[in-house]
Amino acid sequence: MAKPKIATTSLAGCFGCHMSLLDIDERILKLIELVDFDKSPVDDIKEFTGRCAVGLIEGGCANEDNVHVLQEFRKHCDILVAVGDCAIMGDIPAMRNNIPLKECLDEAYLNGPSTYNPEKIIPNDKELPLCLNRVYPCHEVVKIDYSLPGCPPNADILWQALVALLTNKPLELPYELIKYD
Amino acid sequence: MSEIQAEVKKICQTCGNDRAKMMDIVRAVQQKFGQVSSEAMNLIAKCVGCHRVEVESVVSFYAFLSKKPKGKVVIRLCNDVVDKMAGVDAIAEAFKKELGIDFGRTTPDGKISLEYTPCIGMCDQAPAAIINDEVITYLSTDKVKEIVADIKKHYDPSKLKHRLGDGNNADELVHSCVHNGLRKKGQVIFADYKSEAGLKNALAVSPVEVINVVKTARLRGRGGAGFPTGIKWQFTRAAAGEKKYILCNGDEGEPGTFKDRVILTERADMLFEGMTIAGYAIGAENGILYLRGEYNYLRKLLEKILQNRRDKNLLGKNILGKQGFNFDITIQVGAGAYICGEETALISSCEGLRGDPKTRPPFPAQKGYLECPTAVNNVETLCCVTRILEMGAAWFAESGSKGSPGTKLLSVSGDCKLPGVYELPFGVKVKDLLKDVGAQDAQAVLIGGPSGQIIGQNDYNRTICYDDLATGGAVVVFGPERNMIDIAAQYMEFFVEESCGYCTPCRVGNVLLKKYLDKILAGKGEPEDLDILQKLGESIKLTSRCGMGQTSPNPVLTTLKNFRKNYESKVKKVSDGMQPTFDIRAALADGEAIAKRKSVIFTK
Repeated sequence: MAKPKIATTSLAGCFGCHMSLLDIDERILKLIELVDFDKSPVDDIKEFTGRCAVGLIEGGCANEDNVHVLQEFRKHCDILVAVGDCAIMGDIPAMRNNIPLKECLDEAYLNGPSTYNPEKIIPNDKELPLCLNRVYPCHEVVKIDYSLPGCPPNADILWQALVALLTNKPLELPYELIKYD
Repeated sequence: MSEIQAEVKKICQTCGNDRAKMMDIVRAVQQKFGQVSSEAMNLIAKCVGCHRVEVESVVSFYAFLSKKPKGKVVIRLCNDVVDKMAGVDAIAEAFKKELGIDFGRTTPDGKISLEYTPCIGMCDQAPAAIINDEVITYLSTDKVKEIVADIKKHYDPSKLKHRLGDGNNADELVHSCVHNGLRKKGQVIFADYKSEAGLKNALAVSPVEVINVVKTARLRGRGGAGFPTGIKWQFTRAAAGEKKYILCNGDEGEPGTFKDRVILTERADMLFEGMTIAGYAIGAENGILYLRGEYNYLRKLLEKILQNRRDKNLLGKNILGKQGFNFDITIQVGAGAYICGEETALISSCEGLRGDPKTRPPFPAQKGYLECPTAVNNVETLCCVTRILEMGAAWFAESGSKGSPGTKLLSVSGDCKLPGVYELPFGVKVKDLLKDVGAQDAQAVLIGGPSGQIIGQNDYNRTICYDDLATGGAVVVFGPERNMIDIAAQYMEFFVEESCGYCTPCRVGNVLLKKYLDKILAGKGEPEDLDILQKLGESIKLTSRCGMGQTSPNPVLTTLKNFRKNYESKVKKVSDGMQPTFDIRAALADGEAIAKRKSVIFTK
């Protein structure tokens, strides 16, 4: 029987959650026995090649490309997991949500105290995805099946959750693993 | 010294530079200057010897106080559900048009402010507004024109011309157009009674015996929770502490409740007599009537009645010759906060703090006002006390239903022919009440206000009493045309506004409930949303800190139960895994405008 496939992506995140996934250390060898990676920065596959069992989403949606990728994940994955606080609730990128988009761009590219931009250019290449009016947590854009909290969720949480999902076993998350204070 | 310095100092001095009198101080400053400015707050803090932030936390809490300047005239239009049913939206448009400003704004000349306010206790004569302290009822678009034109002549709402209401509403100290709307007098509160007979009977026996009489009468609190009054007094009397207090909860803020308004207008003597008896029973020398800010128009009358009682030695030292029994009553006026009807929040407010509920235990009976043992009773409860002491416990216990002796004042409004106050014996069937008020075709009835329950026709044989449908008095009727999900959403909006924000379940949970209702109303609801509403509602009830959050999900939970089909017909399954509420066009509008190009990914 072919191994199930998983896909991962980082939307408006910092890749910290992916780094945390790599922190599973030698268990990555076991992971490879369990699954094949489809679209993911891990293997740099850019487009889905087929149906996936699990999709791991890092980051929320800050621009149109994020929305597009997230919707593609929803279409191709049986189970979608929001990994980390940005995917779950927008988090740091969502700190801009109370400030109009124009003001954010002006502050970042024109008025910021450390900004050097004598030509007053705000990047606007047609290749650049358009920003959304605010940052959306993933569950506001598509249906999300599970959420793994943490910034980032540590490697053990990711490992336990993945194994549980892929082997159809109950998930055991001891209190110490999901306690953040 | 500037004018503001001198005035603020004077106001603080009048209040004895007492930090606990903060409500009176900031109310007076607000009234004088139309705001409590930063400068004023600094001065108050200095005068009463507290931190400035303590002043600001009070000013920012109450709806009738503001840091920013308000107009000399503040028009507060009531946008309660019942007022909306009575067409307040057209009235709102008329005010906007006549004044040329939106709600939440002040006219450019700084003279008139326009605001919304939740239920002001005038549901039986909706739509209604309060203009400074003047209550104006039965508003129409024509009346709005007249009022605005009139106000622009003198900017003094007390000079507004209007017909006078009945009874004491026509008293020169009240001078109000409010009608009592008393439709049915029962045998306890609005029957003829022998004034001061109860007090005399009480003073003839020991305080413990008075408590026993109240216990034998099986009197339960009329605010809605139904705690046995005698037991509450027994605890307060037994609690350690030299000073004790009796507080009367006249904050009647539960939307749809206006029965205390009628008591305070027509039966204030009976209330004060009851408070005096309570003071004697628990061993208190001081009573406070907490009067909601919306009822400030009654204050002068109430003060006069208190003074009459002092003159007759019904208040003061050695009352009616009873050596050593000293008791007096003061009035604490609120400033527009629903939560202050919750007894511990009411105590906070009397202490000059934000109206935050306190953690229980300790209960007020042990540590209440200023840390002293305190009994907090409803206006109607204390009136019952007067009558019980006059007529005897047996007389009272025989009336009403088995677990709920006595009568209950019901304030009925909404889609009915005869809105108003009905004093009925406990145990009355909803069906019979609806017949009395002319609303046999009612689709739904809200019993006990939004924190009570919304019932449908299947429940009309149920009875109003503590063991079945408990209520603090609010009964709102909804006709066949009303959208019950929309009604639930409107009540949730009220709770979102009124949450004090202290605990997360209430502060956040109510917002989420409202959001899901809006989603369903917009036709984007899914079947699982109903489960989410149910679970979320139960969590909020279970985990909130005070009675507000413990009951605020009720409009949702009771309509989910009693009007399930209305919800089910509104939701549909989504199969593509996308969120129907996400609107990519709206999300991209700003980005496309700023970049001056259209999305190539989302072209539709």
